[in-house]
Amino acid sequence: MAKVVVLGAGVSGHTAVAFLKKKLGKKHEVVMISPNSYYQWVPSNIWVGIGQMTVDQVRFKLDKVYKKWSVIYKQAKAISINPEGNSEISKGFVTVEYVVGDKQGQQEKVDYDYLVNATGPKLNFEATPGLGPKGHTVSVCAYDHAAHAWEELQKSLALMEQGKHQTFLIGTGHAMATCQGAAFEYALNVAFEVKKRKLEHLADIIWITNEYELGDFGMGGAFVKRGGYVTPTKVFAESILAEYGIRWIKRAGVNKIEKGIAHFETLAGEYKTQEFDFAMLIPGFAGAGIKAFGKDGNDITEKLFKPNGFMTVDADYTPKDFEDWSAKDWPETYQNPEYKNIYAAGIAFAPPHSMSKPMKTANGTPMFPAPPRTGMPSGVIGKVIAQNIANFIKNGATEHKHKASMSRMAAACIVSAGYGIRHGKAATMTVSPIVPDWDKYPEWGRDINATVGEVGLAGHWIKLLLHYMFLHKAKGYPFWWLLPE
Amino acid sequence: MKPNNKVHNYKDEYYPPMPTRTTKFWRSCFIYQLYKFFVLNYKIMKMVVKGHS
Ligand SMILES: Cc1cc2nc3c(=O)[nH]c(=O)nc-3n(C[C@H](O)[C@H](O)[C@H](O)COP(=O)(O)OP(=O)(O)OC[C@H]3O[C@@H](n4cnc5c(N)ncnc54)[C@H](O)[C@@H]3O)c2cc1C
Repeated sequence: MAKVVVLGAGVSGHTAVAFLKKKLGKKHEVVMISPNSYYQWVPSNIWVGIGQMTVDQVRFKLDKVYKKWSVIYKQAKAISINPEGNSEISKGFVTVEYVVGDKQGQQEKVDYDYLVNATGPKLNFEATPGLGPKGHTVSVCAYDHAAHAWEELQKSLALMEQGKHQTFLIGTGHAMATCQGAAFEYALNVAFEVKKRKLEHLADIIWITNEYELGDFGMGGAFVKRGGYVTPTKVFAESILAEYGIRWIKRAGVNKIEKGIAHFETLAGEYKTQEFDFAMLIPGFAGAGIKAFGKDGNDITEKLFKPNGFMTVDADYTPKDFEDWSAKDWPETYQNPEYKNIYAAGIAFAPPHSMSKPMKTANGTPMFPAPPRTGMPSGVIGKVIAQNIANFIKNGATEHKHKASMSRMAAACIVSAGYGIRHGKAATMTVSPIVPDWDKYPEWGRDINATVGEVGLAGHWIKLLLHYMFLHKAKGYPFWWLLPE
Repeated sequence: MKPNNKVHNYKDEYYPPMPTRTTKFWRSCFIYQLYKFFVLNYKIMKMVVKGHS
């Protein structure tokens, strides 16, 4: 009997566990270690943050699903990995700490034959003093953050109802933050809600971003073929912001928040401030901070993880100039090169480099978006890792049959721009591949015939459909495996 | 600071293309959007399935 341990019940880890159990059946053991008792469909947190969905509409309890699937579930967080075991345990193991119940605070060593690290991002609010729900801004990165954002937003809306002017600052809260797409959606939804209440004359909504140009979204921007032109996403992003009455500050790295004041540095090296009444700023991301130890207890964290805490996989990490980056640098099996039975899925893997051009401010502060890993690639990576591991265990395969590189995978981004079955709106954008491949597509970096860029009600319906479809899948309801990632 | 709403030119927001009334109409026209819903879903599905082996 083989034992596969998965760390993190997010999009990637939950998908991995689902396919592992489906493929391996009762003969083998699948263990999930995750500190949260709920699964959350993170993209819909945007709608929680504007009061259009409740927290319970975007989450469900994991224990029932894992019981149904016969997955062993430990509500704990991984602290360290001993890939070679130690003097007492001969195989690799993870040290975990329980976070609830009688066992809270207790540690346990969980051994494995295969380990999948899908611990996602650590929301690094600490990197920007004053940022986050414990500071002076709100967040929509988790359902509880989004619920808090809605509480705060209601206060601003109430003040506007009384005739008071409000400044909304929405965007990135660190010079290296990613996930611009989510913040962008939130800005559009806030503008939509303000307009719905006919309060736009009392609102100044500002988009603040570390992008060199709007529409970079951490993917180095993209091009869309429409209306007889090939148009950069910069134009799309600026157009929709202008339409929604949102002004913008770009090339800005927020470095400190005080009550009602955001301090930021510009790419030109100026230090500026922007006042706000309500701010939702996405923090920088880091890895989960898991340590690694060798057989004799020596610290080997650098063998498994990069300094930012993300896990080393089969990528080409050789430092290269921006012009020399290649689509081939990106991983396709997500296997750790040192310990072949360890994999990293979703945001937990270390990308070889960013997709956006690395830049520094005149003062030397790095300022560019880190590469995003959205829900779709995260799910696909989780599935592919599960398929390969199951193939090794069941069929004794030694080669990775399934591969999924972000330089071949396409992605669809549905940017919500207002909620409502009749009056909702979303921008639907597709890119293929996610990572530009300038060798294969010398003109635009991506397949220009596979791009879509449309704004309309249909996009909102698709986003809503995806919400129900992915929750159906995650709950393991009938025929869940037929639904794509 | 509340932006001056009267004078628009030379602000960033002045330069991007803006949708016309006709564009806005098609964006919210139920029948047309229903058609778009199926077309977009088909296009997305095709791309998703192609991306990994
Ligand atoms: C507001 C918002 C909106 C978004 N909208 C979209 C969208 O519209 N479309 C899209 O494609 N993507 C979207 N994304 C991105 C998408 O949510 C992520 O790509 C996806 O969640 C990444 O999946 P993951 O499994 O890698 O990480 P996560 O989903 O973050 O899961 C990580 C899991 O690991 C657990 N964990 C953390 N530390 C430990 C530890 N030490 N031990 C064990 N477990 C641990 C966490 O509790 C969590 O359950 C959005 C993101 C945000 C924040």
